[in-house]
Amino acid sequence: MPEPDTQPLAEREDKAAILLQELSFTWPGPSGFRLHVPHFRLERGERLFLFGESGAGKSTLLSLVCGILEPAAGELNVLGTDLAKLSRPARDRFRAENIGVIFQMFNLLPYASPRDNILLPLNFAPQRRNRVGSETAAEADRLAELMGLPKNLLTRRTSADLSVGQQQRVAAARALIGQPPLIIADEPTSALDRAAEDQFIDLLFSRIEASGASLIMVSHDMRLCERFDRTVNLGDLMQTGGGGSI
Amino acid sequence: MILFRLAWGSMWSRRITIILTIIAIALSATLYLGVDKVRSGARASFADTISETDLIMGARSGSVQLLLYSVFRIGNATNNVSWQTYQDIAARPEVDWIVPLSLGDSHRGYRVLGTTQGYFDRYAFRGGQHLTFAEGDRFADLFDVVLGADVAHSLGYSVGDEVVVAHGLASFTAHDNKPFTVSGILQKSGTPVDRTLFVSLEAIEAIHVDWQGGAIVPGTELSGEEVRELDLTPTQVTAAMIGVSSPLDIFNLQRAINDYEQEPLLAVIPGVALAELWEIVGVAETALTAVSAMVIATALIGMAAMIFSSLNERRREMAILRAVGATPLTIVGLMLIEALIVCALAVLLGVALLYAGLLVLRPWVDAQYGIYLAVTAPGPSELWILLAIVGAGAIVSLFPALRAYRMSLADGMTIRF
Repeated sequence: MPEPDTQPLAEREDKAAILLQELSFTWPGPSGFRLHVPHFRLERGERLFLFGESGAGKSTLLSLVCGILEPAAGELNVLGTDLAKLSRPARDRFRAENIGVIFQMFNLLPYASPRDNILLPLNFAPQRRNRVGSETAAEADRLAELMGLPKNLLTRRTSADLSVGQQQRVAAARALIGQPPLIIADEPTSALDRAAEDQFIDLLFSRIEASGASLIMVSHDMRLCERFDRTVNLGDLMQTGGGGSI
Repeated sequence: MILFRLAWGSMWSRRITIILTIIAIALSATLYLGVDKVRSGARASFADTISETDLIMGARSGSVQLLLYSVFRIGNATNNVSWQTYQDIAARPEVDWIVPLSLGDSHRGYRVLGTTQGYFDRYAFRGGQHLTFAEGDRFADLFDVVLGADVAHSLGYSVGDEVVVAHGLASFTAHDNKPFTVSGILQKSGTPVDRTLFVSLEAIEAIHVDWQGGAIVPGTELSGEEVRELDLTPTQVTAAMIGVSSPLDIFNLQRAINDYEQEPLLAVIPGVALAELWEIVGVAETALTAVSAMVIATALIGMAAMIFSSLNERRREMAILRAVGATPLTIVGLMLIEALIVCALAVLLGVALLYAGLLVLRPWVDAQYGIYLAVTAPGPSELWILLAIVGAGAIVSLFPALRAYRMSLADGMTIRF
């Protein structure tokens, strides 16, 4: 068990990529699913493997961290910003600027080219665009190449005919462009076979190391967890309120 | 700009439904504008048909009916005016000129009008234009006939040809013992004159002189030459066009005719009767406009339904956009842009269809109905209608857009299938 934090909150925040205190959220409607996280902390540059049963609330937690859902109570601090205090558009803007998201599958707009898909977040994040510089297309191509995508693929008119593995690499390049400090990946490899999965994780980790971003990756594949700095069971996180390492 | 590109890309990926929607809205816009064109074209054609005539006189009936049969050759007179009465009215001091009209016979679907040479001097249309001859001249002989442009053109007659007039309007009994000779063909005027055959009043009398009750009395049949020997003073006319000496006399003369004691008569001012006609036709016009507005509404609702039904398959797309930082308002914007693009393209296509249709159908409508459809650039009222269609499209698309807004708030980052 890690030592309970004794420092004042303000001093701790700047070092944490994510800091949750007594965070609770309830889905509206009859199901009334409730999520409560007494305490959770992710350090900057830390790579966290998050697992849990289906329906345990992984996607809900990620949506809260991304600022798409609004907590009912508690502290939701991401990269030193209390998201609970931001307006809805400000949270959307914050997400665009600071967080790269990779979904399980169907990550891409099928009617846009792979390159346009990679460039998509820059349209909503002016600071992130400034970090990329004026040659946005070249940066998209570079990232795609580093993710092992052939160059002639990028300018295809649509992304619909890419293989699942290729789609996930494009999605990773999109999450990484403009070096957002936090990457959130929701089962990004579940549709890939083992070889493709390993290759994908290798490429993703090398890019994250290069940018120094923090990573939360949700997965059911426990084989992967040893490659991460820390592994957390969402069930433990909700019960113990601690780091819940195994 | 990115919104526009995304909307366009998304639309392109659903292009079959989008194109069908565009066609539906375009056709509705074409219908609406077309109805409007035909309406204004018909009004203009009617209003242009008669000018410089102060009064039209006929047997007492409705003023619209009198106008229709005397000027537009639509419908029939219920009664005639006796020649004596006609002479009486013609002799009144207020009357500057009077032209008798005698209707009742036809030739292969076209009406035959018995009148005097004065008709060619007095009949004016489209703001004072007078009839001119394309070929030949007015009727001079008893059995001369002058043809309107459409009659000559569609029946292939030229000056010198023989024409047999049929008794009544849709009759197989012909006045074939007294054929007419074409003496002249009029220039096209865009009025009912084009579809009329003109003969002298005496000729009308001549072909009926040996008829009794709609058939030739056996044994009394007269040849053309024998008829020439008879007194062919008409016994009655159907109506008359009157010009007054002073505009101030119009109402006096009208009252005098309407109060004429020896015979029930009716005199109408063409413009007033026309206004009465519009009142009647106006109801139908409004109904027609309402129906075409309904068609537009239906097409727009179809578009909203199309956007609605696309929402489920686009939930993924919306979740992706939300994940990369798009606000729910961006999603609403995408829907609105899509609706605006659809409506704008539809309106452009609708206008193109309208003008293509006008160019193709114009000669036919002119020949068939005598309605001249002007091909002019869209006027302010048409542009407003087009703008209103686009605006209404945007408003209608707000419903699916708001649903998308709520969905994108509720779905969060969960991609539902």
